[in-house]
Amino acid sequence: MKGYHLDHLQHLETEAMHIMREVAGEFERPALLFSGGKDSICLLRLAEKAFRPSDIPLPFLNVETGHEFPELIEFRDRRAKQLGAKLIVRTVDQALANGTATQAPGEVSRNKLQIPVLLGAIEEFRFDCAIGGARRDEEKARAKERFFSFRDSFGQWDPKNQRPEIWNLYNGRLNAGENMRVFPLSNWTEMDVWEYIKREHLEVPKIYFSHTRECFRRGGQWLPLPPPQADATKPDPYAGARPKPNEPVKTMVCRVRTIADMISTGMIESPADTVDDIIAEVAAARVTERGSRADDKASEAAMEDRKKAGYF
Amino acid sequence: MPTAAPHFPPSSSRAPVPVVDILRLNTCGSVDDGKSTLIGRLLYDSKSLMEDQIEALERSADITGGGQINLANLTDGLRAEREQGITIDVAYRYFATPRRKFIIADTPGHVQYTRNMVTGASTANLAIVLVDARAGVIEQSRRHTAIASLLRIPHLVVAVNKMDLVDWSEARFNEIREQFEEFLPRLDIKDVKFIPLSALNGDNVVEPSPHTPWYVGPTLLGHLETVHIASDWNLSAFRLPVQWVNRPNNPTDPRLHDFRGFSGQIAGGIVRTGQKVMALPGGVISSVKEIHTFDGPVAEAFCPQSVSLVLEHDVDVSRGSMLVGVDALPGGGTELSAKICWMHARPLQRGKKYFLKHTSSTVQAIVTEIESRLDMATLEAQPNPAELTINDLGEIRLRTAKPLFYDGYATNRLTGSFILIEQGTNATVGAGMLLPPGEVVRPEHTDYAI
Repeated sequence: MKGYHLDHLQHLETEAMHIMREVAGEFERPALLFSGGKDSICLLRLAEKAFRPSDIPLPFLNVETGHEFPELIEFRDRRAKQLGAKLIVRTVDQALANGTATQAPGEVSRNKLQIPVLLGAIEEFRFDCAIGGARRDEEKARAKERFFSFRDSFGQWDPKNQRPEIWNLYNGRLNAGENMRVFPLSNWTEMDVWEYIKREHLEVPKIYFSHTRECFRRGGQWLPLPPPQADATKPDPYAGARPKPNEPVKTMVCRVRTIADMISTGMIESPADTVDDIIAEVAAARVTERGSRADDKASEAAMEDRKKAGYF
Repeated sequence: MPTAAPHFPPSSSRAPVPVVDILRLNTCGSVDDGKSTLIGRLLYDSKSLMEDQIEALERSADITGGGQINLANLTDGLRAEREQGITIDVAYRYFATPRRKFIIADTPGHVQYTRNMVTGASTANLAIVLVDARAGVIEQSRRHTAIASLLRIPHLVVAVNKMDLVDWSEARFNEIREQFEEFLPRLDIKDVKFIPLSALNGDNVVEPSPHTPWYVGPTLLGHLETVHIASDWNLSAFRLPVQWVNRPNNPTDPRLHDFRGFSGQIAGGIVRTGQKVMALPGGVISSVKEIHTFDGPVAEAFCPQSVSLVLEHDVDVSRGSMLVGVDALPGGGTELSAKICWMHARPLQRGKKYFLKHTSSTVQAIVTEIESRLDMATLEAQPNPAELTINDLGEIRLRTAKPLFYDGYATNRLTGSFILIEQGTNATVGAGMLLPPGEVVRPEHTDYAI
C-alpha cells in the first residue's frame, strides 16, 4: 500500500480548513481579522484553500491603532484587493474622537484601546464570529484558549467556564448578542507559520526582512523611531513614543519578528533577508517571539487581563 | 473579481520536505502528582524553553517561590492557577525534536475537571497517567485510565513519579505496576509502558537516571520519540461529512458556471475520481467527477484531507449530508446506543431534549434510557442509575429527530462521536461515543439510484 500520510504542515492545514468551513457553515455573519501580519497571511491562504473557487465568504476586519507601520497598511490593502475581499477598517482615532474609547492618563500604547474598537465593529456589523490568527504557543494565557472561544455579550472571555472541545466537534451555538472568536492556527508554532509561508510561496510585508532603520532603546528593547510630526499645530500622535534625551538612538540592520504597532514592536538586529534565513533564525532563537512585545511585558497576567476584557 | 484559484506549481515539483509527524499526547494525574512539573521538565531538558521563559520563571521564583524555580509556572498560565498552585484548564504546549513534533494537552486532575481531560484526550495518540509513587493507584488513576480507554487512545504511559521519595525502590515500582495490571484487562488499551521517574529532578524524563539501574526501558522522551503511531485514521470506509456547498457566484470563468463542490474533511477511507458514492440521507448514488483542491484536481484523496467533491449528477446535498462509499455503508437510524461522559453540573436526565452534533450535522435528540453508570472504584457498570452527574461515565440510549449516519466509535473516532448541547444555555454537556450500529443504512429511495 502506498503511504497515505500527511506531514505536520498538511495536518495543521487540513485541521484549519475544517475549522474555516465550520465557521462558514455555522455562523450567519462571520468576519476574518486581517492585520497584514504573518499569522493572518496564513489565514488568508487557508481561506483560499477552504473556499475557492468561490469568493471567500467573510469580510476582512482590521483595527488600526494609528501607529501602524506604513509597509503593513500598504500590504494589507493590496492583499485584500488581490483576493477580491471586502476590507473593513476601524480606528482607535475614530473611537477617541467620538468618545467610545478613552486613553488612560499617561499611557502611550493604544494596544488596550483596540478592545472597544473591535467590540464596536462587531456590534456595528452584527458579526457573530471573528476568525483570528492567534496561536497557543505565543503566550501562556493563549495556551488555554479553545479553537472556538465563546464570548459573552460584553465580549468577555471566561477562562474558567470554557466549552469543552472534543474531537473535531465545535459547538458554535450562540444566543443573541453573544459571539465567537475562532482560532484556526491554535496548534501552529512560529516555526510552522514560516515553514508554511515558504511552502506556499506567500508574500509577507518587507519589514519582516532585514533593513536599515533608526531605533531607540527603551525598556530593554529597540523601538522604531516614529515618523516626524506632520502637522505641528495638532497634537503629536506619537507623543510619549519619541526618544527621551537619555534614550540612545542608533541606526540598525534589523527586522521585526512579531508586529504590533510602532509603539509596541521591538526590532531585532538581524541580517535575515529571505524566508530561509528567517527559518534558520527561528530555529536558533533563544527568546520567544513575544519577548519583543512590550505589551506582554506589563505583568505576568497582561495577556489574560486583556483577553478577559475582549481582546482577541 | 479573482474567482479562479491562482496557479502554483503542483506539490510534486517542489523541493521534498522531510516528513516530520505529529504526536499528540495528553497528561493526566491527580492534583499533586506533578503533571505540570513533568511537562516543564520535558521542555526544559529538551531545550525547548527560551531564555525569556526561563527568566520569567526565575522572576516568579524570587517573588513567590523562595528562590526555587517552579516548573509548573510554565504551564499554569492563569492567575488563579498560579495563586492556588493548581491547573484549571487544558493548556496546550508545543515542542519539537528532530524526530517529531509534539502537542501536549496538560489536563487537570481534580475530580471536578474531568471534562477537561476528555477534551485533551479526545484527539490524543498517547496518554501519560501520572502516579505518585508514595500514594500508588488511587481512584483518579483508575478514572483517567478508564477515560483514556473509553476514548480509545492507542498508547498509554504510566509515569510513576516521585520515585526519589520512595528511595528508588524497585519493589514499590513493581507493586504499582501490579495494581494497574489488576484492572487493565477490563479496559481496551493494548499498549502500556511503565516508567519510573522524578519529574522534579529530571530522572528518566530526558536523561536516563543513575538511580534506576534495575530499569532497562527508555526514558520518557525516548519513548515518545519512538513509539509507533500507526495511522490513527480510518482508511477503510469512505466518509465525507459535507460542511459547506461550494458554488461560485457569478464566476468570470465559464467553466465554473456549473461548479458545485461538496466541501468537507474526509472522515474515513479513500476516494478516487470515477468512484461511486452514495449521498445520505437521500440514498442517491452518483460518481465522483472531480476531487477539487486549491492546488488543482487530484485523482484520489484520503482521511483526514480537506477537499471538495464534484459529482457527475445533480444530487440534493447540503451541510449535514454525508457522502459515503457504496462498498461499506455506515449504520443509520434514529435509535442509538452510546457511551457518554457527562460534563455539566446539571445532571443528564432521561426524557430531556438536547441538540446532538455529529460530524457536520446537528439534530434534536432525547435521552430515552440511562442503561448504566461506570463505578470508578471497581470499573464495573451499575445498571439503571437515576441520572448521570458531572464526570460520570455511562451508557445511554437516545432517539434523534432525524436519522444519523454513523459508525461505531471503535471503528471510526470521527463518525462515531457526538456532543450533546443543552438547549437554552448552549453549553456543551456531554461527549458521546456510539456503539456499533445494529444494521447498515437503508436508503429511503434506492430506486432513485442513477
